[in-house]
Amino acid sequence: MPTYELKVNGETRTLQVSADMPLMWALRDHLDLVGTKYGCGIAQCGSCTVHVDGAAVRSCVLTVDQAQGKEITTIEGLSEDGSHPVQVAWKEIDVPQCGYCQAGQIMTATAFLNDNPNPSEEEIKSAMHGNICRCASYNRILRAVSLAAENMS
Amino acid sequence: METTNKTLTFSRRAFMRTSSLAGGGLLIGFNFVTACKPKAEAPIDLANLNYNDFNAFIKIADNGAVTIFSPNPEIGQGIKTSMPMIIAEELDVSWDMVHVEQGVLDTENYTRQVAGGSQSIRHGWDALRQTGATARQMLVNAAAAKWGVDAAECKTSEGVITNAAGETLTYGDVVNEAAAMEVPEDVALKSVKDYKIIGTDRSNVDIDEIITGKPLFGLDYKAEGMLYASVMRPPAFGQKLVSVDDAGARAITGVTDVVQFGNKVAVLASDTWTAMKAKEQLRPVWEAESAAESTAEHDKILMGLLDGNEFNTLRTDGDVKKAFAQCDQILERTYESPFLPHNCLEPMNFYANVSAEKIHLVGPIQTPEWTANRVAELLERDVADIRLEMTRQGGGFGRRLYGDFALEAAEISNLAQKPVQVVFSREDDMADGIYRPALKYRIKAGVKDGKVIAYHLKEAAINSNMYGLIPNFFPAGAIENYQVDVAKYDSNITTGAWRAPYTNFLAFAEQGFFDELAELMEVDRVQLRLDMLQNVKGTEDERIQYSPERMEKVIQAAVEKSGWGSQPEGTYQGFVNYYCHNSHVAEVADVVIEDGIPVVKKVTCVVDCGIVINPLGAKNQAEGGVIDGIGHSMYGDFSFENGKPTATNFDKYRLIRMREAPQVEVHFMENEHSPTGLGEPTLPPAGGAVANALKAATGNRLYNQPFSKYPEKLKAPDKEILG
Repeated sequence: MPTYELKVNGETRTLQVSADMPLMWALRDHLDLVGTKYGCGIAQCGSCTVHVDGAAVRSCVLTVDQAQGKEITTIEGLSEDGSHPVQVAWKEIDVPQCGYCQAGQIMTATAFLNDNPNPSEEEIKSAMHGNICRCASYNRILRAVSLAAENMS
Repeated sequence: METTNKTLTFSRRAFMRTSSLAGGGLLIGFNFVTACKPKAEAPIDLANLNYNDFNAFIKIADNGAVTIFSPNPEIGQGIKTSMPMIIAEELDVSWDMVHVEQGVLDTENYTRQVAGGSQSIRHGWDALRQTGATARQMLVNAAAAKWGVDAAECKTSEGVITNAAGETLTYGDVVNEAAAMEVPEDVALKSVKDYKIIGTDRSNVDIDEIITGKPLFGLDYKAEGMLYASVMRPPAFGQKLVSVDDAGARAITGVTDVVQFGNKVAVLASDTWTAMKAKEQLRPVWEAESAAESTAEHDKILMGLLDGNEFNTLRTDGDVKKAFAQCDQILERTYESPFLPHNCLEPMNFYANVSAEKIHLVGPIQTPEWTANRVAELLERDVADIRLEMTRQGGGFGRRLYGDFALEAAEISNLAQKPVQVVFSREDDMADGIYRPALKYRIKAGVKDGKVIAYHLKEAAINSNMYGLIPNFFPAGAIENYQVDVAKYDSNITTGAWRAPYTNFLAFAEQGFFDELAELMEVDRVQLRLDMLQNVKGTEDERIQYSPERMEKVIQAAVEKSGWGSQPEGTYQGFVNYYCHNSHVAEVADVVIEDGIPVVKKVTCVVDCGIVINPLGAKNQAEGGVIDGIGHSMYGDFSFENGKPTATNFDKYRLIRMREAPQVEVHFMENEHSPTGLGEPTLPPAGGAVANALKAATGNRLYNQPFSKYPEKLKAPDKEILG
């Protein structure tokens, strides 16, 4: 199997996996970064969202091969200690129910707020529309993104 | 970490033990024996158990830090936060001092380690308070003995004991002495007015781990030497495996083994992706074992059952047949619902390590005890060999009541003699489900002299009918002649409990029916419901499950909070009141027309679930229940063709998303009733409230779910209809 070097959360990590392995499984099974979640495998639910060169990307449909040479950030690398304003807002609003989708939600929200620091409610809803929360904590996700935007500006 | 264990002599029953801490200090263990399982004996060799193996405890360190083990499975309903809150309240410690850990399956010390039926808090309420209060009393007794004063003169607050002279000792100061005290038989519980933790907002105890992506869930679990297993199951219900050629799968680098069991074949590999990919290389031969069933055929069969005469009668009051013959007005309607998959966002999975000495099981499961017993039976092992640990669970919704995935993991591990984690792909999860059964209701009501005098509810369902309490929910007792009949068709498609079983659709059917009945009778929709409730007040029928007084109050509160009847022009409202899982709920949905399409903007939800333990978490549950109910009523479409589901992933199966989710405004009734269910009760009324609002907005009444299948009904009305 080929050897890959991935730049994850500021570190270079080496792994030997098949070329078609989705980044999500490489992160979870080979790099012990299990914060990135498996939900659907076909880029429909957003649980596996990570940042690739700063953009929110579904890591279940990006292969390890394609991810080489890019700056990859996972939920574990968003902040050292949960202090990113989006994480702080998530905690303050107490968003999660089961919590499974929340890392993906936070990664989507973070990339979105980097591009659009002062979003309207409709813009937040559109940005977060691609991430499924099966527990339907949507009201709180909306409030948390709004709060994070306020705190970041 | 503990360094030494101190053996204690227990005066009457083994209740506690202590351990020294490496850095100085002591832990005291109060187990749940007396509390959660009043009649159970404590384990005989308690003092010899390793501390780590016996953790049904409140642990108190001499610095005052408290660890509370939460016994029940956490599936997103928040009990890992709220159950320890109840213990902490009676223990009288500050919540900041408390660290919570998930308890393992421990049938000696806990009862009902189940997440199902919205019953964890309701069943745990007395036991958890008793546990906290007993521990508190022992600490007080220890302090009193030290001071040489009467325990009755001592008071506690936030982990500090104070005597009449004003001297103080912390729990940490007396924890060692307390461990040697006799266990008090009767302890006083706090009055509701003295609560400092119960009724206050507390964050999810796992919040820091969730927002930083720490390993918490079943799929995050890893163990030394663990292999990942992807399982091929029959592609359609009714098929069985004849043979399989596994050469292609075995040829893939990273695949370590392929094992067959029953009608299934598991591919074991060093990572999940390889196992899933290799499974696709299996070349199976299937043959039909029973019929390949389809939804089209089920629809005919269920309709035939409703039209027929073969029913099981669950409740009869008066004589509906005679009453209908006397009625001036009759309304009869039929309501239809599809199968539904659960779609927990964390797909089914479980870890098993079966060896000659022991069986280690780890993963997300709503029924740990039941599952451990089934594994023991399957492998012909003593259940005492099994250690089962529950992880945090990425949703439950009823699917994880069924331990099929854990049984698979145990069987595969036993065959391969390796530690194994079974991982369902999303496609496996949706296609190998234990679905909400498709079912249909027919409701007939009769009115005489402006009064509803007869009500006949018929259910036709796949595989199983409503549970026995439901015929005693509203409107039972309110109508003189009342009958509930059920019939079923046995299918080879597996079905089971789905969040708020039966009521999740029945509420929509009945509450839509009441609205239509009110139209027919030309009375106010809400008033009709209130009038019916008057008939139930003072009933001596002990089968009646709901309280007409509490129902009346939630209705009145919902009217007030939602601005019912005084909504601005262009806002159309739908009303539902419902009782299930021991709680009373009323919901009002607000619909507006945007670009010719009706849109659900807001739902006002009033809940009477008694004392609310953690309002912050409780509101989250209620909001989620409402949106989940709307989502499945609007979009949940799942059918079968030739034994195969027509959707196996989220590209074809639509779940509600952010832009479709209305604002939910939750109000809890304030009272001192013991707590009742909350994980489920707000879901059933939601679809009905929306359907009733859509009727107001569009003029179209919906009888079938999902609503999105009927786009012609989801349009702004012609001007003439609006009047």
